[in-house]
Amino acid sequence: MSRRAIVTVPKQAKRGEVIEIKTLAQHAMETGFRRTQLGETIPRDIIRTFVCTYNGAEVFRMELHPAIAANPLIAFSLLASESGTLEFRWSGDNGYAVTETAQITVV
Amino acid sequence: MRFSALLLLLVTGFVSAEIPLAERRSGYEFMSRETRAMQDDDAANPGMFWVLDGEALFRRRESSSGSACMHCHSDLKGVAARYPARDVKSGRLMNLEQRINACRIERMNAKAFAYESRELLSLTVFIAKQSRGVPIEVQKSNAGEALYRQRQGQLNLSCAQCHDERWDRKLAGTPIAQGHPSGYPVYRLEWQGLGSLQRRLRNCLSGMRAESYPYGAPELVELEQYLMWRARGMKVESPGVRP
Repeated sequence: MSRRAIVTVPKQAKRGEVIEIKTLAQHAMETGFRRTQLGETIPRDIIRTFVCTYNGAEVFRMELHPAIAANPLIAFSLLASESGTLEFRWSGDNGYAVTETAQITVV
Repeated sequence: MRFSALLLLLVTGFVSAEIPLAERRSGYEFMSRETRAMQDDDAANPGMFWVLDGEALFRRRESSSGSACMHCHSDLKGVAARYPARDVKSGRLMNLEQRINACRIERMNAKAFAYESRELLSLTVFIAKQSRGVPIEVQKSNAGEALYRQRQGQLNLSCAQCHDERWDRKLAGTPIAQGHPSGYPVYRLEWQGLGSLQRRLRNCLSGMRAESYPYGAPELVELEQYLMWRARGMKVESPGVRP
């Protein structure tokens, strides 16, 4: 399975403006509670943490748990303070690690 | 006068009527605001992951022949709005998944993808998305209509009893949709993934406690074609999001 992520960040914002950030990560979020038809447990395979940094400073962090849906959509707001780079990092079970970046210009 | 009105009532009471064209509503219109928002925004619609995977597959060369879908096909807009369709050569009715597999076998010297496999769903939805907004236009299937109206299963229900006669009434707290296949393959929240129209039909059949047809069965394809005809003129929404 490929490891895709889609992030939506406005290209440009005014200084002091509250902007909406939206992220979608491709992940099955296998809970670890399900069983196969033969009764064997399907091992847990989920995203554990999501972190967003804004020019290196952490601005959003989230812990994910087995009850969260597949392909989790995470949306949050952010105060646009300076131009620069937003970095998004998802990490989880079985070495899952995905990084996406987006540029924003603050005027 | 009164007698003829009574007669009319008797006649219409026994014949299950089709939904008038102007009253047809996509499943989209029965959904919550939040689920609609997921479908409306490609950046929030998880079905887009399958579209992106499908695009990669469309460009991938098959090791057996060195050919890729993109060597023959470029713009496939409108194709999904015309399926299921009858294959001219074999005379066999095929849905889009079967057409893809037939093309792989006959022209690419490649193996068919299994039904509901990630590969087949991805290619199908990649093609279907190109028809977004295109009105559905397929031939009517009489065999499909017969199946649609036939009572079956332990609950002795027909498709028409829910989707023609009782749409917008509640089933387990949610409104019954009219059963238009305009958004397939859909990302269904209940499935936590993308699935085909046949998967949905098999779901419905097991809900009626009827014996399901296997994937690819001619009966399911006929039913698909009838449902698409029933939704003629409605716009393709793939990949739809459904609860």
